[in-house]
Amino acid sequence: MNLLALVDCDNFYASCERLFRPDLRKKPIVVLSNNDGCVIARSKEAKAMGIKMGVPWFQIKKAYLAKGGQVFSSNFALYGDLSNRVMHVLEGMVNNIEIYSIDEAFLDLHHIQNSNHAYEFGIHCRNIVDQWVGIPVRIGIGPTKTLAKIASHVAKKKVGGTGVFCLHESLQIEHVLKHLPINEIWGIGRNLSRRLNDLSIYSSYDLMKMDTRLIRSKFSVVLERTVRELRGEQCLAVQNDREPKKQIIVSRSFRERTGDFNQLKPLISNFAVRAGEKLRHEGQKCSQVSVLIATSPFSKQAQYRGFHSIQFSNPVNDTRSILAGANQALQDCFRQGYAYAKAGVLLNQFSHSSVIQRSLFNDLHQSFYQKQNEDLMRCIDLMNAEGVQVYYASQCPGQALPMNKKMMSPKYTTSWLELPTAK
Amino acid sequence: MTINYLGSISADDLPAIFTKFFLEPVSVGFPSPANDYLESPIDLNQYLIKNGAATFLIRVSGDSMIHANIGDQAILIVDRSIKPKHGSIVVASLDGEFVCKRLQLRPRLCLLPENPKYEPIYVQHGQDLDIMGTVTAAINKFE
Repeated sequence: MNLLALVDCDNFYASCERLFRPDLRKKPIVVLSNNDGCVIARSKEAKAMGIKMGVPWFQIKKAYLAKGGQVFSSNFALYGDLSNRVMHVLEGMVNNIEIYSIDEAFLDLHHIQNSNHAYEFGIHCRNIVDQWVGIPVRIGIGPTKTLAKIASHVAKKKVGGTGVFCLHESLQIEHVLKHLPINEIWGIGRNLSRRLNDLSIYSSYDLMKMDTRLIRSKFSVVLERTVRELRGEQCLAVQNDREPKKQIIVSRSFRERTGDFNQLKPLISNFAVRAGEKLRHEGQKCSQVSVLIATSPFSKQAQYRGFHSIQFSNPVNDTRSILAGANQALQDCFRQGYAYAKAGVLLNQFSHSSVIQRSLFNDLHQSFYQKQNEDLMRCIDLMNAEGVQVYYASQCPGQALPMNKKMMSPKYTTSWLELPTAK
Repeated sequence: MTINYLGSISADDLPAIFTKFFLEPVSVGFPSPANDYLESPIDLNQYLIKNGAATFLIRVSGDSMIHANIGDQAILIVDRSIKPKHGSIVVASLDGEFVCKRLQLRPRLCLLPENPKYEPIYVQHGQDLDIMGTVTAAINKFE
């Protein structure tokens, strides 16, 4: 039997916040989204207090703090570094690993034939990550990705368990699936589960027993693959080469609403600059830039959601072109008289940056300067990475709305000035 | 296309690395005879860090370990993957606070300072003690 494992960091952001704050052991912790908008992570204790995922911070703030809850603005420098460490440790333990998200990875266990050994490997793996990095993980093992994900779910639900669960015998799989509602299955969302419920498919076991041809014709190949995976047929392999990104989004919601075009413009410029950096980091060029501005759904004032895209004749990765496009798009979708609470820049239609697609009217002049322009961008990216801030004029540094990150913990692992201290 | 004016830069304002990469003229004369013997410069990380994923840096506050050559503001290299032994210098969390001390397992569990001004810390029952990792090196800066 070919087994694979899903390693999932428990309440990852909350665990990160706790690593250098031993005084917060067993205290409820929540982490807020950018600009302290809503709750994006909760420790076990915060979950037990009934704090729901995604709830706006202002709604729970008073009661939560009164009960001694701890709150942090998101500190992605810290989470990113600790995630890299966890993944690095895992990479040292197996040959093939797929980093699925900041806190999840699939491991190929084909070198382990025996399921008892797989379980022991899981325990070992969990201990090593906990000892070396200090981040607790749980591990689900199964013959397919879908079953490994379910096994990790079982490991989570088991109170006082080892944090490792191996799902491999057919009777055991049947038993677990009979008690698992379909919306808990990987890739089955609310809409799909409602449609399946209409066909009297409620438990994962019901779904597993369905005719695959029927599923394919009534739903999709994707769902058919899920059914096969529930039966233990491996349809999704552990892939260590992820597909390159197809879209880059930089967006924020801000506490202080603004209806002023001159305040939105530098904000959009900042997002465009950040998006440009990300684009070059991915080694991509984009042919489309879009701008989104929106009012708050929680506000009782007039609602508006503006979105506009600008198409480039040639794929670009030069921040100056992206800025020009974003500013044009903002002008096109901006409407007077609304209190905007969210804005964003999206880059789309990617092509690899080494591929040069010359348009018919691309003049010689432009290609002559291409090399210089690329060097300039590389230079600016390097300087910004080193902390020498280079701004583009439209960013209006100092004038933009500052990001609300009042409750951010120190960058313990990435800044000399913010190291943890010991007496 | 819009060109945004970024201001002018002079070589004096740039860190050395940029000066080297971008402002030096490229010479096309005789190739350097040292080219075939290039080795990478000495890397302190290589000397100080064995297991990067498990290594954390922690700053010392105070002089309780001065006789172990760990001064105030020294940077500790803490390796979580090395199991602490009797006599290891460790970083531990004690009652919610990080401390750097020498670990004594015999005859009684104790955290020993290396400065007579400070008292040994005997860990009592019910006290929260957690060894974070073993200190493998300390960096003291003099200037």
